[in-house]
Amino acid sequence: MNSELIASRYSSRRVAANVCLPDPSIDKPWTLESYRANGGYQALEKVLSGSIPHTDIIDTLKLSNIRGRGGAGFPVGVKWSFMPRAADGQKYVVCNSDEGEPGTCKDRDIMRLNPHALIEGMTLGGYVMGATVGYNYIRGEFWEPYQSVEQAIKEAREAGFLGKNLFGSGFDFDLHNYLGSGAYICGEETALLNSLEGKKGEPRFKPPFPAAFGLYGKPTTINNTESFASVPAILRANGDWMDGEWFKNLGVENAGGVKVFSVTGHVERPGNYEINMGTPFSELLKMAGGVWKGRKLKAVIPGGSSVPVMPAENILKSNMDYDSLQQNGSSVGAGSVIIMDETTDMVAVLERLSYFYHEESCGQCTPCREGTGWLYRILKRINSGRGTMEDLDTLLDVANRIEGRTICALGDAAAWPVQSFLKHYRHEFEAKINAGITHSYPTANAA
Amino acid sequence: MSNPNRTEKMLSDFSLSEIERELSKFPADRRQSALMAALRIAQDEHLWLSPELIEYVADIIQVPAVRAFEVASFYSMYELSPVGRHKISVCTNISCMLRGCDKVVGHLKNKLKIDFNETTKDGKYTLKEVECLAACAGAPMMQIDHDYYEELTPEKIDLILEELK
Repeated sequence: MNSELIASRYSSRRVAANVCLPDPSIDKPWTLESYRANGGYQALEKVLSGSIPHTDIIDTLKLSNIRGRGGAGFPVGVKWSFMPRAADGQKYVVCNSDEGEPGTCKDRDIMRLNPHALIEGMTLGGYVMGATVGYNYIRGEFWEPYQSVEQAIKEAREAGFLGKNLFGSGFDFDLHNYLGSGAYICGEETALLNSLEGKKGEPRFKPPFPAAFGLYGKPTTINNTESFASVPAILRANGDWMDGEWFKNLGVENAGGVKVFSVTGHVERPGNYEINMGTPFSELLKMAGGVWKGRKLKAVIPGGSSVPVMPAENILKSNMDYDSLQQNGSSVGAGSVIIMDETTDMVAVLERLSYFYHEESCGQCTPCREGTGWLYRILKRINSGRGTMEDLDTLLDVANRIEGRTICALGDAAAWPVQSFLKHYRHEFEAKINAGITHSYPTANAA
Repeated sequence: MSNPNRTEKMLSDFSLSEIERELSKFPADRRQSALMAALRIAQDEHLWLSPELIEYVADIIQVPAVRAFEVASFYSMYELSPVGRHKISVCTNISCMLRGCDKVVGHLKNKLKIDFNETTKDGKYTLKEVECLAACAGAPMMQIDHDYYEELTPEKIDLILEELK
């Protein structure tokens, strides 16, 4: 079916800066022609034909202060420096396009609108880290972004930007897309590697870290889509070639550059906003048209469902950067800003999030496999008016016993919302328990 | 490993060539990396993965059948029982919930007269509840087969279903 009813590539796009999301005035920005016309592949060409030492690129990335955009916020330049470039044998770069953190929808737009930036960034990564093969792991549902990157890879190969002896440098690099098949856990980097090997997506123990023992046991570096796609622009530096200061100065101390924030939920204009790090939350909310229906802001989850919820008064004094959000009780995460208005039933929201972690736990570690089920069942009971005050203590007890006791961070991610919702909105849980009535805010299952 | 009694060809030449293309992405001794793609391609042709089909795919990839069963049962997009010609997957996670996915779900259930994980009598639609599909800015949303549909309303859903053959 080819219909205007299908979501268009432009549907959710709102741009302020233009590092990962292209300027809206550019026609068909996903084509090689458009990308080239706007500086695309210049960085790769200059690096390879000028034989720029890989250490210079790492220095630029370190100076630019770009931190990983997938959620953990680890400095990209530092991560790239961990790879044993000179070691014999195959090495890999892998892109984590398994976007699935509830509230996050930026990598989808990067792949649909700007796939060549991702390809150029991964190829530069391959050069810096001595890898000749890259894999882009895309979540299974992303058929359209997959096709978009497939087409771009084809164009890049035909134009000589992927393949053997790129720009006569003797450096070979090829890139392949890999389509997942539905599992949030594969966004965890070692689960992703297992999935890429054709196995169940179960996280691995760390150490060893992927830089030492990654895909097929070979040194591997995994970065988020947005991280890779930012690299060409950081090197171009708006004309000041390889000057990391340019990107750094777009942001604030400890948070360089611009970042895409997905603003969703109760706002007038949901969308992806690429803005300077350190922008006040209130400005971002204004860009998104403010809280919808003229209502008041109640709470915000600023970085995807796994980060702690913030009451309005806390987020309104925050800026969108790592330090500021941390000082005020939460985290940048993947930049997924979920807005909740004054009518939001926090118990119903937490029940839904807990269902998600229960559903997506891979089942490998007992505290997470069993604990997420406990959390969900207790929250469902409370939300339907059949809870007890003891349940609230049990919830916290279970959450605290999951946190820090699992191989990967999914267990922590299941515990943090429970802890933060109870910290800030305990009265709503108590009210439901006291009232003993069926909830008024409908979840889909109740429809 | 392979079943010597099986001679039936279960996939089209097109599907088999697609699997070969996926295999070419990986080192020759890492055929299992193409297992997920091969299962997807097989499912695209048959709508769901029967035990026989999973074994057939395992033979092509040259892995023990249990490896293929493990993978097929781990990932949510593989269908291990028959489904309708069109799979409707509705996101009910937080951003869609905040923007009224309950109305989308209610409308679909009423219109198709099925619940989640059920198929219409004519075999045309299967309805599924799914976790976040990463199109939160277009909430509420759903996926039908490969395509995403965003900013859904009951009226828009009616139009979408009318266009589906």
